Amino acid sequence: MELFVFVCATAMIIVGALGVVLRKHPVHAALSLVLTLFGIAVMFVAQHAEFLAAVQVIVYAGAIVVLFLFVIMLLGVDQVENLKTEPLAGQRWIAGVVGVSLLGLLAAAIYTGADSVISRGDGIASNVVGDNPDANIQQLASSIFSDYVMAFEVTSILLVVAVVGTVLLSRRRVAGKP
Amino acid sequence: MNALVVVPTTTWYLMLSAVLFTIGTVGVLVRRNPLVMFMCIELMLNAVNLTFVTLGRRLNDIDGQAIVFFVLVVAAAEVVVGLGIIVAIMRRRSGITVDDLAELKG
Repeated sequence: MELFVFVCATAMIIVGALGVVLRKHPVHAALSLVLTLFGIAVMFVAQHAEFLAAVQVIVYAGAIVVLFLFVIMLLGVDQVENLKTEPLAGQRWIAGVVGVSLLGLLAAAIYTGADSVISRGDGIASNVVGDNPDANIQQLASSIFSDYVMAFEVTSILLVVAVVGTVLLSRRRVAGKP
Repeated sequence: MNALVVVPTTTWYLMLSAVLFTIGTVGVLVRRNPLVMFMCIELMLNAVNLTFVTLGRRLNDIDGQAIVFFVLVVAAAEVVVGLGIIVAIMRRRSGITVDDLAELKG
């Protein structure tokens, strides 16, 4: 069963990712991105990270991709990009070489490091296994609000800075005013 | 374990996220539309998230999921600021590729 889920979600992720890179139209690329994000959410559920799967769908597919589509429509940059021309000579070729070598490097790291991973934690509570339906959320919350509460507070500062910065960046400057 | 029942191992998930990260990298290198390059960066972030969740499960530790939570927040902030910059640049010039943005002069 997990194999079936893995194969289906992998197909979604890879097809979506290739769509983002290969589709000429930015809107099509954004919609392919949604496919990949849903595949990642399925992977999260398969790995007992139910809360993160919900957040993934809400934040990524719900907010970020909609933001992308808004900007595409707002700027009117939804022209088809000409993928045939290659402004920098040899760029595609070098990018392919870089990609293949990066993949080889990561695969080598994964295969050599596979045995060095030792289980050391206290265990992950799942919503599916066990009798508490909120186990995953409760465990994650107790981790975030006890061990990582400082990082959580810093995150709130980051969000405020991002909001203020974006308002300043995208403000239309009026002549005579600072 | 029954020989016929194959369960995806940690290595499979890690290889999938390596492939996803590579596709994102090649996309950033190849595409010229700044918005599509941004989407490719999102692909790379998602690959890293998948790695965190997989290794958190493998290590039997909730910290992997806690880190993904923070990565999601930072990714949202990054997208907001990045799109703000793109909108601010695009408003004053009409070029749609990053090649038109090669100078720092406004």
